[in-house]
Amino acid sequence: MILSPALRRLLTVFGILVLGFVAGGCSTAPIVEGDEPEEPVFSADRLIKHDVQQFDEMDDRFMGFNKAVYRFNYRFDNYVLLPLVIGYYKITPAFFRAGVHNFFTNFFNIRTIYNSLLQGSGQKTLQTTGRFAVNTTIGLLGLFDPATKMEIPQHHEDFGQTLGKWGVGTGPYLVLPLLGPSNVRDGIGVGVDWYVTTKIRDAILDPDRTMQIIWGLLYAIDTRAHVKFLYYGTGSPFEYRLVRTLYTEKRRLDIEN
Amino acid sequence: MAVAERSARSLGRALSSLCIFILAGPALAYEFPFDDPFVATVVGTPEEYRADLDVKVPLKRRSIEIFPDREVPDIFFYDSKLRYSYALQKGPAPLVFMIAGTGGSHDGSTNRDLGRALYKAGFHFISLSSPTHSNFVVSASASNVPGHAFDDAADLYRVMETIWAKLSGKADVTDFFLTGYSLGAFNTAFVMKVDQERQTFNFKRALMVNSPMRLYSSISLLDRMLENIPGGEDNFGQFYQSLVDRFAQVYKRSDELNLSEDFLYKVYEIYQPKDERLAALIGTVFRLAAANMTFASDVMTDYGYIKPSNVKLRKGSDLTSYNHVAMRLGFTDFFHAYFYPYYKAKNPELTRTSLIEKMSLTSIEDFLRSADNIYVTHNEDDLILEPGQIDFFRDVFGERAMIYPNGGHLGNMMQRDYVAHIIELFQR
Repeated sequence: MILSPALRRLLTVFGILVLGFVAGGCSTAPIVEGDEPEEPVFSADRLIKHDVQQFDEMDDRFMGFNKAVYRFNYRFDNYVLLPLVIGYYKITPAFFRAGVHNFFTNFFNIRTIYNSLLQGSGQKTLQTTGRFAVNTTIGLLGLFDPATKMEIPQHHEDFGQTLGKWGVGTGPYLVLPLLGPSNVRDGIGVGVDWYVTTKIRDAILDPDRTMQIIWGLLYAIDTRAHVKFLYYGTGSPFEYRLVRTLYTEKRRLDIEN
Repeated sequence: MAVAERSARSLGRALSSLCIFILAGPALAYEFPFDDPFVATVVGTPEEYRADLDVKVPLKRRSIEIFPDREVPDIFFYDSKLRYSYALQKGPAPLVFMIAGTGGSHDGSTNRDLGRALYKAGFHFISLSSPTHSNFVVSASASNVPGHAFDDAADLYRVMETIWAKLSGKADVTDFFLTGYSLGAFNTAFVMKVDQERQTFNFKRALMVNSPMRLYSSISLLDRMLENIPGGEDNFGQFYQSLVDRFAQVYKRSDELNLSEDFLYKVYEIYQPKDERLAALIGTVFRLAAANMTFASDVMTDYGYIKPSNVKLRKGSDLTSYNHVAMRLGFTDFFHAYFYPYYKAKNPELTRTSLIEKMSLTSIEDFLRSADNIYVTHNEDDLILEPGQIDFFRDVFGERAMIYPNGGHLGNMMQRDYVAHIIELFQR
């Protein structure tokens, strides 16, 4: 992997930051004051039959790590990403933001194209290639989206889905720094897709370092702006589990169709 | 005598309906497609009947400290401040405080839609979460035990005063109004009582949308809806999983991670379930609210309801078994095994019956009867009312109550004429 030295340094610092944060708060065990927990009015032993299915069960052996990263992501979102998004909306006109969004959506069709190919889906490959061709040419490098007006459907396929189609199981649930809910399989998929799309980008555009930084920044802001989710905004003390279930179910269905 | 009074009143009602019909024909043009209250409650108002809420609202989301000295347990590190939202008009305008219903967020779809309608009609608004929302329980409830009519009203009033102290420099306000839906409507009645004494806002008018009459009746009805789970409550896990599966399939088609009414609408459109399933679904939505509220409260007070009283939770503690237990307990369990004993400990003379009767609009009936600035909208077939309770609203509020023939619980709230009626109430 060829990374610029500055980017490598940045990644190292970031890695240390996440590790330090995560190492500080990995324990999932509560603190008991006294010898043993007092019996609550309603305990699980009293209320839950053990031979019936409970909800939200899944392999989450990294829960301590996951929960710590979840909190890290909340803080990063709150103090870095959301302020960036708000600032971005203040200083840019709507047509500019639409252009940026169209551009990235169009560029990352490349990811959908090679993954559709790998999944053996001729229809998705063709439609997405058509989309990419139309928007890159008539749509002026993807800044506009005439393909939608021509009713060419937009698909989203990534390498995690491709692995899923090939029969690879999800592995344990995993919360990724900055990226949020995932699992071992999808995490590998994200890495592969990132590597491949970056290679393709560099081959086509050969961006200098400034361009790379602008690209990364705009991509992060645009992506965040289009995710309607606020950490700890569900009103549920059990939000971690809620998000885990919804993510897992969504991915299952994404792979099924 | 009573009979005579009643018939006189119904004659008066008939005459006034006639007057309204003659003077303001469109007010009776109310059209809502679902006569089944379960369908209405779940599906809400289909697009073609909905009010046009197309307006750009300059919504601000903020959080504010209500009790500066309060130490929040580690696990709720993100909830030390109360979250709320507001939108202000450019010039002078009346301001409406909105209170969300059971478990509802200031940012939930109902308050957001109502906010849009109000903003479009030229009002400022400040949107508040329900005192039963976990964020409110943790950061803004004096006792941390939600559900008490008078205490919740005092908490809400304190919150309104605190927020207003912060925003008063920014907003040019001509008059104050108050509204709330469901439990928020119930809260509205008691907040109006507080306002009569404290007079910080001197609310010009208030509107209660689909209020419960006696809380205990409503929570019993809602808890019982879960009896419709196939195989009974022991199968809650399985039922919940099947719901999640269905939700997930709908979620896949939408980009919003939000268990709102719009979401249920999409689920309904796809599956068209029977009434029993709809009842179980409504029960489940309220059960989620109950679980969130109860667990948040239990952690705050160390009462030992679900969490052992001597256990302290860390930021990353595993909540799996507490979650399972919390989802098995309803509002009535909360009332009998936590709420009542909690208040009984403070006041030994309290009985279950007297507490139930106190948590009812009847406990401030005289005030409501004479307060000519408190209005009601309600539905004949609201699922949170026991048979006959709708007559309480007719009787106490008289001309100030607008009872719609259908709509279930809040199902018709965004219906075109319903919204027009709400706006008209605040503008007249």
